[in-house]
Formats: sequence, structure tokens, C-alpha cells
Amino acid sequence: MSEKKTLEELESQIEQLKQLHSQNGLDLSDEIAKLSEKLSDRQKTAKERLDGWDIVQLARHPDRPDGRAYIDALTDDFYPLHGDRLLGDDKALTGGLAKYDGQTVVIIAQSKGGNASESQETNFGMLKSEGYRKAQRLMDLAEKFDFPILSLIDTPGAYPGKEAEENNIGGMIAQCISRMITLNVPTIAAVIGEGGSGGAVAIGAADRVLMLENSIYSVISPEGCAAILWKNRDNADEAARGLKLTAANAKELGVVDEVIDEGPGAHKEFKIAADNLDRSLKKNLSELSQLNEEELLERRQKKYRQMGSFRRVTKDTERSEGS
Amino acid sequence: MPLFRDEEYLKVDFDEKQEKDEALWVKCKSCSKLIFKKKLQENNHICPNCGAYFFLTAKERIKSLIDRETFVDETKRIESDDPLNFNDAKPYKERLEEAQKETEMFDSIIVGRGEVEEHLLVIAVMDFRFIGGSMGSVVGEQIASGIELAAEEGLPFVLISSSGGARMQEGLLSLMQMVKTTSAREILTHKQLPFVSVMTYPTTAGVEASIASLGDVTLAEKGALIGFAGRKVIEETIGEELPANFQSSKFAYEQGIVDAVVDRDNLKPELAKVLEFF
Repeated sequence: MSEKKTLEELESQIEQLKQLHSQNGLDLSDEIAKLSEKLSDRQKTAKERLDGWDIVQLARHPDRPDGRAYIDALTDDFYPLHGDRLLGDDKALTGGLAKYDGQTVVIIAQSKGGNASESQETNFGMLKSEGYRKAQRLMDLAEKFDFPILSLIDTPGAYPGKEAEENNIGGMIAQCISRMITLNVPTIAAVIGEGGSGGAVAIGAADRVLMLENSIYSVISPEGCAAILWKNRDNADEAARGLKLTAANAKELGVVDEVIDEGPGAHKEFKIAADNLDRSLKKNLSELSQLNEEELLERRQKKYRQMGSFRRVTKDTERSEGS
Repeated sequence: MPLFRDEEYLKVDFDEKQEKDEALWVKCKSCSKLIFKKKLQENNHICPNCGAYFFLTAKERIKSLIDRETFVDETKRIESDDPLNFNDAKPYKERLEEAQKETEMFDSIIVGRGEVEEHLLVIAVMDFRFIGGSMGSVVGEQIASGIELAAEEGLPFVLISSSGGARMQEGLLSLMQMVKTTSAREILTHKQLPFVSVMTYPTTAGVEASIASLGDVTLAEKGALIGFAGRKVIEETIGEELPANFQSSKFAYEQGIVDAVVDRDNLKPELAKVLEFF
């Protein structure tokens, strides 16, 4: 990772110049500007060089803002709602009402927590059955009052626990997808960090799916995939590259509608990422608001009906063809 | 040589003769006894000695459930195009070819029309031998088209799951099949047609967390494995050993996850009984 070192070196040079600039009264603004430009060029090309495993690291970066951070940044009157009315309140799922772009919306956000103690509380973003029930409850509310839904995806996966299985977590995920796919209100999902398999897609069956550029969206964690297919978790980097789990990949595969530019990265410049997400959400929300219920449902059904990739088997499919 | 002779493909032969070079005896993994293969076949692939269930291939399952001579294959002639160009220890293309050769199937599912004790229905049956019965783009498409066929013809839809989950080798596209199949399932709701989900060994992860859990009536075959996360992963997470019956059919029944646990021998009459109500 010499590229990373180069970038870090440039950053520290700029930092030093800035300090000299402010402490010694030397006018170094030209030099700072030059280096900053060089850095930003380097960052741009570095971005292109990042592979799946690099992006996994960014998506899981400890400084990466979580769901709650985006709620704070995008709305100023968020009113959280708690509990699934049966099992409890899953803190891995923050949800509630907010005013967004002049209208009431329902927000459903997976949150990993911003620091160690918060992460404990939010179970590192791993939802249990009650989390998926809570999401459904919020979807019901949205539909009842015609509120659009904004869902923010950031989870390593659903919680693999004993109670979760006893409480039919698989069934709850299935119901969540089913509920979301039939909603007659506009729905937008954004992958803001980790889109970890079934636990993520449960709140991802939206009309529009956005993805921050340093996020991942995957059928299985690279570690899990490596453990099964390579019989060794150490092959996670290879698995990450093979799984094509980056935002750019997801767009290519037709799963994600838009990739959101993060500038230098949400973990570094949160405002840039949040502003870009904000712009895209507003644009998509206003487009979806033009559609009536029928159009909305028809388009959504079509969107997911055609997802996948396969080919016709022809009579002359030759065994030698592929080799 | 063509890989498949299309016209003969998937003909379910109810009087299939044993291939010459096949072994005549198999060993039961449960009681270690040698069993005469023909006897096993006649016994619904249940060990005549200890009662353990052997895997049923999709074709065998169809034979055991569908009335003789009523089955019409409706499986779409499609196969995976390896969208990710995926390579692990073995290239996915190779895995596919091997599985196709072994199973004589395009992918891990057969869809068809047939009768269960004279109840006409559309049935989709998964085959665990084909990459763990995993659901990739082809399986998602087959389930969606099977459901559409049922809707067009006004027939009930039955899914017999035997799947470890979504197919890793097709990445995100496999994950999306959870949405695709769930979305297709809605067509049955609109047409007020019943969907009976039958969970067999195993029904887990991406398949359990989507279409298989959305039955109007859900049956579990005795001895099935039903759950979302794998036992080992859970044990590692919570740091304790799970009871032996965890995620078993009985467990799923006791937790209110399935409506009934059914012996393999009774599955056919049980399905008929359920369909009678709709």
C-alpha cells in the first residue's frame, strides 16, 4: 500500500506547512495550495485503484459516520419511535418521523454506533427479530399516512443469536422484504456503510437504491465467504475482490441506481458525503412523488422482476464452449 | 457433444431403471448398515433399518409427491452466465459444469405442473446436490416464472426447499433474488391463490429469509434444518453450545415458525389435505 503512504505523506506535509504558516507568520499559501491540489489529484487516481478489499476497510472504518449521524445531518427535527410492541426495542435500528424537504417522512436507519459504548448498545448494527419487526411497524405507519420512507443501510448482517433464531429472524426478514415491496408510498434506500446480506436487503427493497461510494453491499461477508469457499478466513481479501461488492460493481450489476460521491471519504469529510446524499435523496424523492400508487408499485415490481443474470440453454451448448 | 438433449431433459421417468454401473448397495450414514438401493428407493429414501432420511433429488421428490404421469416439466431453459466471473479454489464455471453433469439439471431447481392426489398445482423443487441447492439468478427466475405460471393458470404454488441459502458465487445478484422471489409471491396474494411452502433439509439463510418463509401454509419435513444463521456461527457469537434439536423441524414447530411437521411418507396426503381447503 505505498499509495496510502504517499497520500499520508502529502497530508502530513500540508499539515506541517499549515502549522508553519500560522505559527511563524510565513506566507506559505501558494505552497499549501499546490500541495493540496497534488493531494486531491492523487486521491482521485487512488480512488480508482482501490479494490474490493480496500473498500471493505473504508466501509468498516471506525470513523465512518453511522445511521444516526446521517439522520442528524439531514434532518433537524427527527422524532425517534421505539419498540416493536412485542419483543422490545432494537437499538440497532433507529427509526422515526422527521421533516425532510418540507414533508413528513419515516426514517428507518441501521446504526452501528459512533463509539465503543454506543456500538455495544446498538449491537454493532446487527439487528435482531425485534429490529425487523420494528422496521415493519414503521413501514405500516408510513403507508397509513402516505409518508415516504428513507432507509439507511449499515449492518454487518442480522444478529446470529439463539433468541434471534427462536424468534424466527429469517421469517422476520422475509416479512420485512415483503412489506417493503408492497408499500404504496415512495421508498428510497441508501447503503451508507456495510450492506451485509439478508440483514441489509430486508430494508433495501426500495424504489430507488443509492450507495455511498465507499460502501459495500454483499451476499455474504468476505470473511464468511472465504471460510466456506477457501476453507480459510485469511482469504477474505480475495473473496472481497471476487464478490464484486463495491458501489461501482453494484451499479454495474443493476442493483444500485446511483453511486454517491464521498469526496475524500465520509470518514474524513462527512459534510461532503452527507451533502451529496442529501442532494440525491431530494432529487429522487421529488421524482418519485410525481408517480401515483399504481405506477410506483408497477415500476418497483418490474425493477425487481428483471434482476439477475443468466443465459438461455441452447441445444448446441457445447461443453467446449466455455474453455 | 451437446451438454443436454433438450427434449429429453427433465423427463421424470416414474419407472426409471437403475444404471448398470451404479452401486447396488448404499451405506446408511445414521446406522451404518448396508442397504439394498432398490429397497431404499421403494421406501421413499428412508432407511428401512433405522428410519433415517436420505436426501431426495428433485426428480425423486417429484416422483414421491406427484401423481404418476401427471408431471409436465415447465423449467425454463436457462443457466447461469457466471456474471461475476467468480473464482475461488475452483472456478464457478467449473462448479456449474460439474453440478450440471452430476444432476442432469440446468441449476438447482425443477419447476413443473402436476397433480397431488388429483389437485392440480405448480410445483418448484430444489435439489441440494446442485451447489447446495443455492439460489442464484437462475433459481430466482425459475421461482418467479413458476409463480407467474401458477397465477396465469389459477393454480396453487408449492415450493419444496432444500437450500443452504443464496449462491455466493453470484454475489449481490443472488441476494437480490430474495427480493425478486418475494415480490413475485405477491402475485399469488393478488390472485388469492395459495402458496404452500415445504421446508426440507436444509432450508436456511437467504432462502429461509425470503420466499420459503412466506407460505400461506408452511410444512416442515421431519428431520429438516430450518434457520437463518448457521449453528457454528451462532455458537461462536454467543460462546455456548446449542442444543441438539436447535433449528430442527420440531424446534421450528415449537417456536411457531411452521404449521406442521410431516413425515416424508405422509407429505403427499398432507399436501392434498391442505390444498383441499383452498
